[in-house]
Amino acid sequence: MATSTMQFKIYRYDPDKDNAPYMQDISVEVDFALDRKLLDILTRLKAKDDTLSYRRSCREGICGSDAMNINGKNGLACLTEIKDLKQPVVLRPLPGLPVIRDLIVDMSQFFKQYHSIKPYLINEGPRPERERLQTPEEREELNGLYECILCACCSTSCPSFWWNPDKFVGPAGLLNAYRFIADTRDLATNERLDDLEDPYRLFRCHSIMNCVDVCPKGLNPTRAIGKIKEMMVRRAI
Amino acid sequence: MSKLSIPVRKFDAVIVGAGGSGLRAAIQLSEAGLKTAVLSKVFPTRSHTVAAQGGVSASLGNSEEDHWHWHMYDTVKGSDWLGDQDAIEYMCRKAPEVVVELEHFGMPFDRTDEGKIYQRPFGGHMSNFGEKPVRRACAAADRTGHAMLHALYQRNVRANTQFFVEWMALDLIRDESGQVLGVIALEMETGEVVAFHAKATVFATGGAGRIFYSSTNAFINTGDGLGMAARAGIALEDMEFWQFHPTGVAGAGVLITEGVRGEGGILRNSTNERFMERYAPNAKDLASRDVVSRAMVTEINEGRGCGPNKDFVLLDITHLDPATIMKRLPGIREISIQFAGIDPIKAPIPVVPTCHYQMGGVPTNYKGQVVSDNGTPVRGFYAAGEVACASVHGANRLGTNSLLDLLVFGKASGDTVIEDVRSGELGLKDLPANFADFTMTRLNRLNTQTGGANVNETRLELQRTMQKHCGVFRFKDMLVEGVAKILEIEKAVARTEIKDKSQVWNTARVEALELDNLIEVAKATMVSAEARKESRGAHVRDDAPDTAANPNGRDDVGWHKHTLWHRDGNQLKYKPVIMKPLSVESIALKTRSY
Repeated sequence: MATSTMQFKIYRYDPDKDNAPYMQDISVEVDFALDRKLLDILTRLKAKDDTLSYRRSCREGICGSDAMNINGKNGLACLTEIKDLKQPVVLRPLPGLPVIRDLIVDMSQFFKQYHSIKPYLINEGPRPERERLQTPEEREELNGLYECILCACCSTSCPSFWWNPDKFVGPAGLLNAYRFIADTRDLATNERLDDLEDPYRLFRCHSIMNCVDVCPKGLNPTRAIGKIKEMMVRRAI
Repeated sequence: MSKLSIPVRKFDAVIVGAGGSGLRAAIQLSEAGLKTAVLSKVFPTRSHTVAAQGGVSASLGNSEEDHWHWHMYDTVKGSDWLGDQDAIEYMCRKAPEVVVELEHFGMPFDRTDEGKIYQRPFGGHMSNFGEKPVRRACAAADRTGHAMLHALYQRNVRANTQFFVEWMALDLIRDESGQVLGVIALEMETGEVVAFHAKATVFATGGAGRIFYSSTNAFINTGDGLGMAARAGIALEDMEFWQFHPTGVAGAGVLITEGVRGEGGILRNSTNERFMERYAPNAKDLASRDVVSRAMVTEINEGRGCGPNKDFVLLDITHLDPATIMKRLPGIREISIQFAGIDPIKAPIPVVPTCHYQMGGVPTNYKGQVVSDNGTPVRGFYAAGEVACASVHGANRLGTNSLLDLLVFGKASGDTVIEDVRSGELGLKDLPANFADFTMTRLNRLNTQTGGANVNETRLELQRTMQKHCGVFRFKDMLVEGVAKILEIEKAVARTEIKDKSQVWNTARVEALELDNLIEVAKATMVSAEARKESRGAHVRDDAPDTAANPNGRDDVGWHKHTLWHRDGNQLKYKPVIMKPLSVESIALKTRSY
C-alpha cells in the first residue's frame, strides 16, 4: 500500500519553557495501510517527539478525550479519517477554553456548565422493589440525547459559549438537560425549566447550529434546545 | 522526617480509579458521609467502562424464566471451576438488586413491551444448569457501558463526591505492620506530588490489557493498581488467565460486542461455513469466549481464514432485519463503518480474537477486602472490578459478568469500608518517616536518566513479546523463552529516558510511569503461565492436550488451585480454590463442554 508524506501545522505551547504559543511545521511519513485516523498519526509523532501533548484514551470515539480543532473544525482525532484531510493539516486546541499545554485545554468551565443543569435523575419518590417501568416509546425519547460523550466539540464551536462561557449553559449542557426533562422517570421537569428560563442560560442559543455540524456522535443539540423552548411556551399558556 | 517530604492530604477513604467499580464504591462512601477522595487519570466518564457494549447480567427473568442459581452455575462452569464459589454465589444473588438500583439511578436501559429492562442472550449464559441460552444480559442498545458509567457519574454528582481528576496514583503507602495508609499521586496538570493519607484505600484501577500488542483496551489500561500493589509486596493472583475476545475488528482491535451474536450474528470461515456448530454443537456461536476464540484461531491456522492473507473470520449479521440492527446494534454499525470500512447491514465484519480482559488481579474476598496469601485481610486495603481477583471469573469470564462485577464489588467494598471506618477498626495511623522516599527516588531517576531506553520502543517490545509468547494458544518452549525475554525487557524499563522535562501535563512522564506498571503485569503473566502445566479456561498449552485422564487438558489433581505471583524473586505460591458457596451446595468439578 501507498506511503506518502503529509504536512502538519500543530499548535505548540509549554508554559514551562515557551514565552508564547507557536505553530510547528511537521511532515510525517504515512502508511495508509496502517494509519487510518488522525490519532494514529499523533501516536507516530509522539513516538518521535515525546513532548507533544494531547489527551487520548479509548481510540474508538466513545470516551471523548481527543477532541481538538482540525483544519478549523472541531472533531475527535480517533474518528478523523486522514485521507480526507486537506494539507497542511492544521491542529489547534479546542477554541474558547484556556490552553494548558499544546492541544490540552482546561475544561473546567465546560464541566461547570454540565454540572449546573443537575445532570442526574431526580425522583425522590419511594424506591420500588423492581425497576421503574417505561414503555419502549418513552425510552426512545432518550435516543439522540443519552449518547453524549462530553467531548466538548459542540460547546467550544459555539460563538454564544465563547462570549458567555460562565452564563450560557452551552449545547452539551442543554442537550443533557433535555435528556432528563425527556425522561418519564424524572419528576423535576418544572424546576429544570425554571432554572433554564433565563436570558443567558438557555436563550443565548441563536440556532447557529455549529454544534450539530461538529458533533462526532451525530447528535443534535439545537433540536433539544428547541424542544426545551417549546415546553416553556406550552407551559406558559 | 525524611528530606523527601511532600504535601499530605487526609481522608477517611481514597478510591483510586473512577470507572464503574470506583464510581459505585464512591456512591456508597459519599452517601454515607465519609470524607472521600476519588483519584482518576482521566475525567470519570472517559474511564474504560465506557467502552463496554453488550450488557450487564442479572437473572431478572424479564423475558423468560431465570434464576440466580443458574447464573451461578454458568459462572462456575465458565470459570472452568477456578472461580471461588462463595464470591460467585454472592455476585449472582446480588445481581438483580444492583441492576435495579442502577435503573433507579437513571440508567437508560432498553425496554420490553411491558416496560421492563430489556434482556438479550449472551455467551455461556444458559437456563436450567446449562440447558439452552437464556436472555440475561440487561442492555442499553450496544452502549451499556457508556450508559452505565454516565449514570454512575451522575449519581456521584448528586452525592457531591470529591474528585481529583487527572491525577495518577504512583505508589501505595504501607507501614511496617503491612497496613495500607493511602497512596502517593501525581497531579498531571502541575506535576505536583501529594500523599493521600487515608484510613481506607480502595483500588478500582481497572485492567492492564495494554500488555498485549493487539487489544480492545484503551491506552489508559496499563495496570497501575497491579503495579502499585506488586511493588508494595502484595501478590497478584491468577495472572496467566487473559481473555481474548473473539470479535475484535481485524487490524484495528476495536471491540465488537458478543451482543451481536446474542442478537443472531453468526461466525463464518472462508467456505462460508458456520464453523461453531462443529466446536459447540449446543451453544454454537454463543459458547463461552475462550471456546469461540480457540475455534476461530484453529480455523485460521488450518487455512480457512478469510481475506488475502487468510488471517481473519467473518461475523455475519446481513440476515438480520436492518431495523433490528439500527435499534439494538447502532454503535456496532458505527464502529464497523469507521474501523472496518464496511456497513454490517450489507457485508460481514472481519474479526479476530483480541486481548480484552484480565481475569486475575489483586487477591480479594467477596467483601472487597484485599487478602494476603493465607486469606487474612490486608488492613486498610480494598479492591474491586478488573484490578481485583475475588475470584468470580476464574480461568474465563462470561460476557456481561464484568459490568456486574463492577456494581456488586464496587458496592460491597464501599460497604465494608464504611463498616471498618465506623467501627473504629481503622484509624488514621501515622505515616512512616520515609514514606515518600521510594516514589521520589523513582521520579528522580526518571527525570535525570541519560542514555536510557526509549519508552515507546520498550513498550512495543513488551507488547509484541506478550502477543507472540503468551497468546490464545501457548507453547511450552515459547513460554520459557518469553520469561527470559520479559526479564530482559525489565532491565530496559528500569532505565527509561524521557526528553520532556516539563512540569505541566507531561504525558511522556505519565507513559514512562505506566510502563513501570505494565512490566510488573507482564512478568506476573508470563511467569505464572509458564509454570501452570495444564490447560484451563483461557490458558491452553500444547503440552497439556485433551486426553481421557485430563479432558480438555485440564489437570484437576495437579492444578485445581490459584496462582499467587510475588514480585520479590518472581516467586510463585498457590492457594486452594474455594469450592464451598455461601448457602447452596458446591458445584462439583465436571468436564466443560458447550
